[in-house]
Amino acid sequence: MMGNKKRDFILSLILAAVITALLVYVDKEMHYSMLASVIQKASIYALLAVSLNLLNGFTGLFSLGQAGFMMLGAYTYAILTIPLEQHASVYQYFNGGIVNICLPAFVGVIAAGIVAVIFAWLVGKPCLKLKSDYLAIATLGFAEILRALIQWEVLGPVTNASNILKKFPKFDSILTPVIVCAFCIFLVVLLINSSYGRAFKAIREDEIAAEAMGINLAKTKMQAFLTSAFFAGVGGALLAMFQASVQARSFTSAMTYEILLIVVIGGIGSITGSIIGSFLYIASSEWWLRFLDDSQTYLGVNIPFMRGGFRMVVFSVVIMLIVLFYRQGIMGTREFSWQGIIDFFKKPFAKRKRKAVEDNG
Amino acid sequence: MHTATYYIDLLLSGITVGSLYALIAIGYTMVYGILRLINFAHGDIFMMAGFFMVYASASMPMAVSIPVVLVMTVLLGVLIERAAYKPLRSAPRMSVMISAIGVSYLLQNLATYITGGLARPYPEIALLKKTLAVGSLNVKVITIVTPLLTILLVVALVLFINHTKTGMAMRAVSKDFDTARLMGIKVNNVISATFVIGSFLAGVGSILYFSNYGQVSPMIGAMPGLKAFVAAVFGGIGSIPGAVLGAYIIGVCESLIKANDTIAIFSNAFTFALLILVLLFKPNGMFGEKLTEKV
Repeated sequence: MMGNKKRDFILSLILAAVITALLVYVDKEMHYSMLASVIQKASIYALLAVSLNLLNGFTGLFSLGQAGFMMLGAYTYAILTIPLEQHASVYQYFNGGIVNICLPAFVGVIAAGIVAVIFAWLVGKPCLKLKSDYLAIATLGFAEILRALIQWEVLGPVTNASNILKKFPKFDSILTPVIVCAFCIFLVVLLINSSYGRAFKAIREDEIAAEAMGINLAKTKMQAFLTSAFFAGVGGALLAMFQASVQARSFTSAMTYEILLIVVIGGIGSITGSIIGSFLYIASSEWWLRFLDDSQTYLGVNIPFMRGGFRMVVFSVVIMLIVLFYRQGIMGTREFSWQGIIDFFKKPFAKRKRKAVEDNG
Repeated sequence: MHTATYYIDLLLSGITVGSLYALIAIGYTMVYGILRLINFAHGDIFMMAGFFMVYASASMPMAVSIPVVLVMTVLLGVLIERAAYKPLRSAPRMSVMISAIGVSYLLQNLATYITGGLARPYPEIALLKKTLAVGSLNVKVITIVTPLLTILLVVALVLFINHTKTGMAMRAVSKDFDTARLMGIKVNNVISATFVIGSFLAGVGSILYFSNYGQVSPMIGAMPGLKAFVAAVFGGIGSIPGAVLGAYIIGVCESLIKANDTIAIFSNAFTFALLILVLLFKPNGMFGEKLTEKV
């Protein structure tokens, strides 16, 4: 067993080194390419998907409020980090606004998570005792309330009402979002493997039995909810940095659904699945399936149904097929392990060997 | 200060909107009562009914298009149930809900694809467009027709559920799914009947709503859908009179909030605040049955 541990560690180091080298190369040579933009967006979505999976997949709490927490994170980050000299132009309808501080970017990102946690506590206190689908609709409702609140004219001097927020610091390298997201996901993995994580899973399997085993339901659910909100807030801040602008109008429930579908594609209850799912989803929707939106001629035949919007139709049909016929998603509840990969590649050979033995016998 | 006419006008428009929410809410509350599923796609069925009308009226006279639209809407509702919910009958509730979200996503994308994402003008129905002068008020015919038709349909539905065999089967299935099946009720037929009724009412609602609103766009179904769901929760999920009452309260409050410019932006948020208050203080709604979780 010790040998395996050492082998896995070395393999992981090699993998990390290869990925870093590739990222540095992409960053240097093709900073403005589609690949670079997909890598950044997909890592941010991976973090968001993991934060939602922590609730839906590991704790069994069906929450649909993720877009609200992302919006809080994005706004907190934007408001706190817009350089002072830019305030007059960004808050042009509100006399430069009333927030007169400008914090470094990383403080802004952490503040984004903290603000999301504070609101999550306010939301969770009354809502977490609700049953599955009522919780879903209540959290969705809270996200909508927050969205209206941010667009409220009276709060304009702080949030710029329904106008756009921009000119805050962005990423200077594509490594930044990847590293921040990888670190956050690593923290979630540690949490899930700890006794807290086991308590989450116990609640998912059977609430009543978990309570009988001495798990404090209200407290444990709140822990999961706050952790998820923190990472959603951080993810929201990173998304703001990636997009270079923030507007409340874009954080609709459709955004939560999108992240939920990523979690489903990857496998509800698998961190690895969420990461793979978000890279596949973002790469397909932003890049690989783009060609479906342009009418093209193949072998002299013009395909009339390929025009704007066709990509999303194909996409949603694929998602429905996964939901209906492949319910465990890509990974189910399994996680990445080197042993798993080695076994996967050995399997066909092993079968053949066994068959050979049987034939001889 | 505003005159009395102003407030009567607001009240009337609130009642109109409330009637439409009521028609959609019945679909939610009946499906939830039987399948314990929030049918997220219901709002999009309502939206699709709007587009059916846009396309049907382009090639057929209005008197033909209205029944055609209603039939198409019912077929869509039943098709969704058969294709997306029936295969998941024994799956956990979360899977079915995700399937509903997936269907909603599919319908929205399909509508965006077919229409190119643009809002389409809704055909005018001459009869509903007329205005009547009642004293100092100018009332559109649609403002009077909508609540009357809604009440008529609700009464018919309640009679249907309380006095027919299918209605009795529906009540039995919503009481206890498995026992109803053991008693020889064809559960799948009952569920289909529920979707037929829900989609039919959503179709009627869409004709009235879009005639009033003037245009249809692919994303328009989500908000009225969610509000109608809140109305269903408010009245106690599974209860038809409750859903109707909840819809009227939401419609009138919304119309009053929209009239005040400072707080107009909260017209949607108000609905959800109401939902959360109801869930906190009266989780079973105003007329809901008490449910306890069995171990």
